[in-house]
Formats: sequence, C-alpha cells, structure tokens
Amino acid sequence: MAATGEMKAPARRAVAPAIGGAPVTARAVLLVRVVVALAILAVWEGLSRSGLFYGEVIPSLTRIVASLGKLLVDPVFYKNLQVTALETFTSLAIGAALGVVTGIVLGANRFLMRAFEPYVYYLSPTPRIILFPVMIMWFGVGPASKVALGALSAYFAVALSTAAGMRQIDAILIRVGRSFRATGWQMATKIYLPAMRVPILNGIRLGMGTAIITVLLAETKLSNQGLGYMIMQVYTRFDMPGLYAILIVVFAIAGACNALIGKLAREQV
Amino acid sequence: MAKSASQSSSQPSFFFRYGPEITGLLALVGATLVFELLVRIGVVNRFVIPPPSDVILAFERVVVEEDILGRTGATAFEMIIAAVASVVVGVPIGAALHRSALWRRAMEDWVGAMAAAPIVLAFPLFLVLFGRSPKTIIVMAFFHGLAPIILKTIEGLSGTRKVLINVGRSLNMTSSQLFWKILFPSALPVIFTGIRLSWTFVLITVVGVEYLINLGGLGQLINELAERYDLPGTYAAIFFVILVSVFFFILLERVELWLRPAR
Repeated sequence: MAATGEMKAPARRAVAPAIGGAPVTARAVLLVRVVVALAILAVWEGLSRSGLFYGEVIPSLTRIVASLGKLLVDPVFYKNLQVTALETFTSLAIGAALGVVTGIVLGANRFLMRAFEPYVYYLSPTPRIILFPVMIMWFGVGPASKVALGALSAYFAVALSTAAGMRQIDAILIRVGRSFRATGWQMATKIYLPAMRVPILNGIRLGMGTAIITVLLAETKLSNQGLGYMIMQVYTRFDMPGLYAILIVVFAIAGACNALIGKLAREQV
Repeated sequence: MAKSASQSSSQPSFFFRYGPEITGLLALVGATLVFELLVRIGVVNRFVIPPPSDVILAFERVVVEEDILGRTGATAFEMIIAAVASVVVGVPIGAALHRSALWRRAMEDWVGAMAAAPIVLAFPLFLVLFGRSPKTIIVMAFFHGLAPIILKTIEGLSGTRKVLINVGRSLNMTSSQLFWKILFPSALPVIFTGIRLSWTFVLITVVGVEYLINLGGLGQLINELAERYDLPGTYAAIFFVILVSVFFFILLERVELWLRPAR
C-alpha cells in the first residue's frame, strides 16, 4: 500500500525535546510504560466491575486470560490458524512474486513506468475488501477467493516498493553488469535482486500486513474455517472473553510477523 | 518566421511528450475491448465477468435507482466525522508527546504498533460496543486514522530547524509563541503527510466496514448488489468506489504538494 508505505516505524534516534528538557534514561522510559500499562489494566477492570456496560461487553481481565489459556490449548484453534496461515502465505507468495516482476519491469523502463505505474500507484490505496464479491465469482467460496484477494492486496505494496528500489540501484553496479555482458536473467539475479533486497523485504512486510488483514476480513465475511471464521463464531455466540482472546492472538501474530520481516530487512542493510 | 519554425521544431511533439501516458490509456481501452470480445464469443462466462459494455450501461441504473449520490453522502459524512476527529485528537497528542521527551520515547513505539495493528478486524467488538450503526463505522475509522497523525506530528515538530528555534528564543518568545509561530508552521507539511495517510486509512475503513456489516453508503451498496447477483451493477459500483478513492487520494496529494513549498 503506497499510503502506508510512507509511514515508517518510529526511528530509534536520540530524543531531546525541541524546547529544552532533561535527558531521558531507559529506566525512566520503562517505568512510564509499566505505569501506563497498569493504569490501562486498572481502568479496564474498574469499568468491568462498574456495571456501566451491558453484561459481558467488557469482561474482567481474569476471564479474558482464562479464555486466552483455553484458546491456546484448543486443537480447533490450531486447525483454523493453519488454514489462515496457509491462505496468507500462499497469497503473499503469489502477490510478492507478481509484485517483484512488475516492479522490476516498471523500474527498469521509464516508458513503461510512465505508462502503467500511475495505475498501480493510484489503485494501491483503494479498499480491497470490496473486490471480494468479484473474487467469489471468479474463484468460488473456498480458500481460493481469500488467497486471490490476499495476493491482490500484497501485490501493490511489493510492486511499488520494488519499482522504487529498482530506480535507486547504483548506476555503477548496472554498468558493471553490462560491461560483463550479463544476460537479462543474470542482471536480474546477480545485480537487481541483491541490490534491492531491502526495498523488496520492506514491500513484502507491508504486503504481508495487508494480506493478513484482507484474508482475515474475507474469512469473517464468508467462510467455514480460519481465524476470521472463528471470530464470527464467538461473536455470534456473544462469547466476549473468547472474542477478546482471539483478537489478542491475531494482533500478536500480525505484530510478530511484521517485526520479523522488519528485522530481516534491517539485517540486510 | 524562421525563428518561430525552429522554435516549433525544437518543441517535442504531443505524442513524444505524452506517448507513455497515451500508451497506458490505450492499453486499458484495448484490454476492455478484448474482455468485451471474449465475453461475447463465449470464451469468458458472462455470469462470471459481465461484458464491459453492460457494466458501463449499469452506471446509469446504479446512479438513478440505487441513489448512489445519497450513499456517497452517507459515506462522506462518516468519513468527515472520523477524519476531522482524528486530526483534532491526533495533532494535540502528537504535540504533547513532542514536548515531553520521556513520554515520547515511552509511547512512540506503542503508537507505531497501533498504526500497524489490524484494527478493522475488531469490527465485531465495535459492533457489540456501539451497536449496528454509523457510530461503529466512525469510531473504527477514527482509531485507524489516529496513529499516522500522531506519528507525523511528532516527526514534523522534531524536524524543525534548530536555527528557527534559536531565532524564536532570541526574540524572547514564550513557549506558546514558539509553538504557534515557529514549530507548528514548520511542521505543517509533514503533519499534512500524516493527515493524507490517516484519511486514506479512514476511507479504507469506512467503505470496508460498510461492506462487512452491510450498513451505510457505498460499501453497503456493493454488498447489496452482490447479494442480488446483479453482476454489471456490482462491477459498476466497485468501479465507482475505486474512482472515488482515486479522486480522493489525488486531491489529498495535490493539497500536500501545495503545502510543501512552505517547508
């Protein structure tokens, strides 16, 4: 997603306030975080016990933790997790492969870039989930439609990031490759791809984020398996602690995948 | 005369200047015609992909019979409330975090995590909390749009040139004057980048949640047409939403470009 691509994770830089202020120690930062986290939990528990909300809308923390424990030992959860993981990674593989090829083609040729990149760029921030009815008609109600929608989501982020990375390759590297009379394939595998590792991995990170969300949303709309389906099941039963537990797990998985690929991208610098 | 002839010959021709763009447009038209042909000769099933001509004709029907303008208004209303709220809340939070280095370091990572979190997936939770009403859509879009504005406000204020701050101090400006006369105007272009990202998130969330919970404006229209199996209508509605999104995105980009020289 072009739109999200521009929002980098907060940089780890020396923090000094613009208008004076004392230096900040890591201990003080940790202390503030712990205090804020405890305050949030206390407010939550207070709201839960206050009786201001109907029934189970805000369950107590102990009940959410109990549901989380129950969820993590439930084989059904792992079966659904497997389905979602398979759909997400298949969609990411397809979307990333197509995106890298598109990015290389658009990045290597100015004419094609001017002709087709605006379409990729301006289509990238559109809400993809609205294409789900089309995907159902093309690929049916099974996992294929979720994979297709996820692949489409991942495609734009990877294509735009790869095209941008392609244009930033050091011209000397390209000239060296040409002076050795490298073939197109050799140029792609020996020069372009190694030089573009970071932008491609960043594109894949963004693409994976949108693919996870899109696949899960598609599962909530129409599916009989996967974590999205599980979310709708607990919602239909009005099992609120269960709903919070699944959402915590999904947020944690999405965050962990994001952090993992981000770390990979940073390690390649 | 000769001078003007030489001038015109040095000017690149229309096709030379806009050749790639024209090629892109022609490729799009060509692909549409190919689809029309494939559907008409039966290679592509018309119950899966309707002929593009049917989709174009369906536009009129969708506009007249499905009250697309009213639905666009409903979506726009939800978007405006969520977008304005995210700016009104996000900019002061960003400014407050910028003022305190300790709070900024403690909270910036959390705000970054919030920006990456799949908030839209929590729509069943928001449905329980706020009911099946536009309130749910607005609150979700607000939360989705908040993080980019906070992060970019911090970034913009932190990026203010030291020399400008020193000038303000040498003029004995108060903290408030320094903020309103120096820091905020300097950070405005970056803050607007945050607003552009945030409002794009808001649009995606509003239309997406409308579609998922079958409520509101354009998202609901797509859902209804798909459930009626009105294929040309569904495609026309999807194209309409894509056009609206693209128009909105271009508009935000233009405003951002217009603000940039002020940096």
